[in-house]
Amino acid sequence: MEAVKEQKKHVAKPKKEVIIQIKGLKKSFGKKEVLKDINLEVDRGENLVVLGKSGEGKSVTIECIVGLLIPDGGSLKVFGDEVANMNNKQLKELRMKIGFLFQSGALYDSMTVRENLEFPLTRVLKLTDEHEIEERIKEVLEGVGLLDAIDKLPADLSGGMRKRVGLARTLIIKPEIMLYDEPTTGLDPITSREISELILSMQKKYKTTSIIITHDMECARIAADRIVVMDDGKYIAEGTFDGLHKSNNEIVKAFFNDIL
Amino acid sequence: MNAVQEQELTGWRKWLDGAGDQCIFFSRFLKNIFAGGFEWSEFVRQCYEIGYRSMMLVGITSFIMGAVLILQLRPSLVEFGEESMLPVTLTVSLVREIGPVITALICAGKIASSIGAELGSMKVTEQIDAMEVSGANPLQYLVVTRILAVTFMVPLLTIIGDVIGLIGGYIALNFTDNISYVLYFHKCVAAIDFSDFLPAFVKTIFFGFAIGFVGCYKGFNSNKGTASVGIAANSAVVTASLWVFVIDAIAVQITSILFYK
Repeated sequence: MEAVKEQKKHVAKPKKEVIIQIKGLKKSFGKKEVLKDINLEVDRGENLVVLGKSGEGKSVTIECIVGLLIPDGGSLKVFGDEVANMNNKQLKELRMKIGFLFQSGALYDSMTVRENLEFPLTRVLKLTDEHEIEERIKEVLEGVGLLDAIDKLPADLSGGMRKRVGLARTLIIKPEIMLYDEPTTGLDPITSREISELILSMQKKYKTTSIIITHDMECARIAADRIVVMDDGKYIAEGTFDGLHKSNNEIVKAFFNDIL
Repeated sequence: MNAVQEQELTGWRKWLDGAGDQCIFFSRFLKNIFAGGFEWSEFVRQCYEIGYRSMMLVGITSFIMGAVLILQLRPSLVEFGEESMLPVTLTVSLVREIGPVITALICAGKIASSIGAELGSMKVTEQIDAMEVSGANPLQYLVVTRILAVTFMVPLLTIIGDVIGLIGGYIALNFTDNISYVLYFHKCVAAIDFSDFLPAFVKTIFFGFAIGFVGCYKGFNSNKGTASVGIAANSAVVTASLWVFVIDAIAVQITSILFYK
């Protein structure tokens, strides 16, 4: 954790409200220990990027946050409540405050873009006023620049467009926390940059707290207030983009090698 | 314990795990039926997708079955001078056994596989996870509606199939014999009573439930990987078809005890 100490000197954070608190989190799949000892605090309004190699368990952490996976050990509190101890009702209430953008966008492929966006409004927020539903759909689609695609099916959209619609679908319920699972994977550099800038602008517009799982350094540079680097089931370094860029840690350096 | 015994034990454990999972899935299904907020529009859409879109296949198959049965039965009955019994024999065999089983097997092939593949691919592409993390209830939206739609539509498809089968029989019969349709259908209707129709109808409800349940269970619990979509569809067909025969065997026993003492 040498790099961590080194970087902490550069990051003098003012005291903020911690809304995600993880202590000693552990998770195994069979004999493979994916998360060994995860410790993390995320402040309200912060954009945190988690960097790490594929298969290191970056996504597992955010799947634990949203209650899709149950950790084997440690503590994971969101808004001060332990996620593992929540009942179905509490978990549903928590999920209404969290937006999760999946790597693939995870759009419901039998529904049009409009129906995809209607789904959380009518099923989760239980909205019935058609005028309000239409307004909110148009507002988020305008935000991601895809109002023209409102009646298209996901199959008719490009990869970048699907990610944008996925982002719109998660933002439509106005979540307090956004979790992004590799939002730029599989996209060309220009679209990746557009998505990264969109994440940043959406964070400013909706005042969300975000955790962005990625290994795209351009995305990290654009979107991150703070970066943690994951290796072998632990966070090995923490700091700002510029701070970590100067790190002597070999693993951290490997991520920043191609950055000029 | 040697390797063979260990392997056998693992097999049994897997089987028991699967049986336990299905019981849990069934209890979650029951709980979600009465959880409130029934998805009527999705239920109607599934009835259309499952029922209406299967009607052509069921109709053609039933028509051919009715015609073939008449052509197969005729020589035997003629031998005994009982060709006038052809409409009666066809109706009883079609309504009691062949209609429900053939329709259920067609539905197992068409509907269970499509539900298994659809939900399997939704699982692989994280659509089910996306529904869950958004706070919506994927079980209520995807599973309850599909199982109930199949349970509702298979009996209807069977009735339609039976009628089309009788029409097929009438046309086949007119290739060799000259019988008016009034007489033919009068004989058909007179041949069956409540004890023929009710048990057959009740078992088609169970067939429908088994087909919907197996399709949903296999799809909803498929692994994450493209191959698992094919596996889910394939095992849904095999398991649903097996369940059709098992339910049929049980239904025949119960019907024999209750109606044909």
